[in-house]
Amino acid sequence: MKPGLAAWGFLAPALIVIGLFFIVPVLGAFALSLTDYDLYALADIANLRFVGFENYFELLQRPLFWKALGNTLYFVGVGVPLSIVASLAAALLLNSKLARFKPMFRTALFAPVVTTVVAVAVIWRYLLHTQYGLLNYGLAWLGIDPIDWLGDPDWAMPAIILFAVWKNFGYNMIIFLAGLQAIPEDLYEAARIDGASAWRQFVHVTLPMLAPILFVVAILNMAGYFQLFAEPYVMTEGGPLQSTVSVLYLMYEDGFKWWDFGTASAVAFLLFLLMFAATAVLLRVARRAQAA
Amino acid sequence: MNPRLATAIVNGLLIGAAVIALLPLAWMLSVSLMAPGEASSFPPFLPGEPRLDNYESLFARAGTGRYLANSLLVAGTITVLSVVLNTMAGYAFAKLRFAGRDRLFTALVGALVIPAEVAMLPLFLLLKPLGLVNSYGGVIVPAMATIFGIFLVRQYARSIPDELLEAARIDGAGEARIFVVIVLPLLKPVLVTLIFTFLGSWNDFMWPLIVLADQRYFTLPVALAALSGEHVQDSELMMAGSVVTVAPVLLLFLALQRYYLRGLLLGSIKG
Repeated sequence: MKPGLAAWGFLAPALIVIGLFFIVPVLGAFALSLTDYDLYALADIANLRFVGFENYFELLQRPLFWKALGNTLYFVGVGVPLSIVASLAAALLLNSKLARFKPMFRTALFAPVVTTVVAVAVIWRYLLHTQYGLLNYGLAWLGIDPIDWLGDPDWAMPAIILFAVWKNFGYNMIIFLAGLQAIPEDLYEAARIDGASAWRQFVHVTLPMLAPILFVVAILNMAGYFQLFAEPYVMTEGGPLQSTVSVLYLMYEDGFKWWDFGTASAVAFLLFLLMFAATAVLLRVARRAQAA
Repeated sequence: MNPRLATAIVNGLLIGAAVIALLPLAWMLSVSLMAPGEASSFPPFLPGEPRLDNYESLFARAGTGRYLANSLLVAGTITVLSVVLNTMAGYAFAKLRFAGRDRLFTALVGALVIPAEVAMLPLFLLLKPLGLVNSYGGVIVPAMATIFGIFLVRQYARSIPDELLEAARIDGAGEARIFVVIVLPLLKPVLVTLIFTFLGSWNDFMWPLIVLADQRYFTLPVALAALSGEHVQDSELMMAGSVVTVAPVLLLFLALQRYYLRGLLLGSIKG
């Protein structure tokens, strides 16, 4: 058998699966977004009409789309930096020479990452309960009045962000920890001889050495946070007052609740474009920072 | 700073962080053992008298045994099939020569930036005539191979020396035999991806929610989300449901965490 032929034999099963169930649907999503595919077309394909970019124009005039976009950007814009700060702080603590029982702490801090989003979102719904929730109990102990976390449009998204940071920070922490361990001890030694304080060592040694990893983590986190769905689905159903409707939540509702596949595909495609643009910007910033 | 004070601060902060990370999970376990309504008596920390009633009603009335079996079946099948398909393809990209190899691989890696959700609506329409909507197959089939999995295997497989494969070819071994006898044993570290795939498919929510309409096929997360819509007030029952959903993956992670964390670092250093 020719080696080239053998190679295609090895590749074929995976490529067929990926091609048929991912690449073709992605191309189909764009085609679908140019049609009025809905319940009538689902029943009889003869009802399908090509509408050009009408779905996109309609979306841009729809307040709920802008609301969903704003909510998603809020979640990404606050959630990603907060996650990174929390992860970095945890990694620095774990990496400290003074820390005891490191493997135990590492496991404990990482545990939320492997849990099922739906299940822990259900838990948090009760933790955030205005009357019986543990969080308000803790706040009361500090003398702070109870907050209606999931019932107040101003607090629902912050509550979801808090939940997301809790769930995800352990992942970045492990990556940062590996990055911190790769920084040569000599650099800190030299900084100490120069009389640099712990804070100055962090700013002038740790951060610059960690910068490439920071950017990778930021890009990965951003991509993940743009795909916000299960949290609002389980915790708030997009409410109150649509304050937690994310772009994907809107896509799900338009597509699988109202069976308006044309509009939903346009939503999905706009989300993709947005993520692509945001990633490109971050990459650019990263390149410039490395060059400087 | 006084070194003893510094040690106390560092370890104190670590303890605080660990409490925050684990408290919700501990609370879940505690409430799942409470009598109905007990969690609303303030402050809800420990059950007065631990009982398994909630688990009993979950399995006897809410059909959780079936959802557990569904989750095991779906996640298990995806894990086995995808590791086979990804390994074959990753090996081919790393070690076999064929026209257009590098271009094809670059295109695949480029497609990694596309979020999976973009494909979901057309995928639903595609699976419908195939009879896969509302069946286990609808969840399993699209997950049988992943670009990222192929990428990981390729990174590993590149370290296999070409001379080893050439020597086997000169000895007259066929490509399939070389793959099974020589390549697979060398790719053992790739098996860490098994854990990721299993945990990932177990925890997956959006696609199973879309493609499974009939309760009989629900995986645990989908069933739990449906249950939490019906039984909002019944926090003790919901916590038991969360325990059943989370415990298998949490225990699996605890048992295999060394491999898991090593694999995580490998996967995150993309490109």
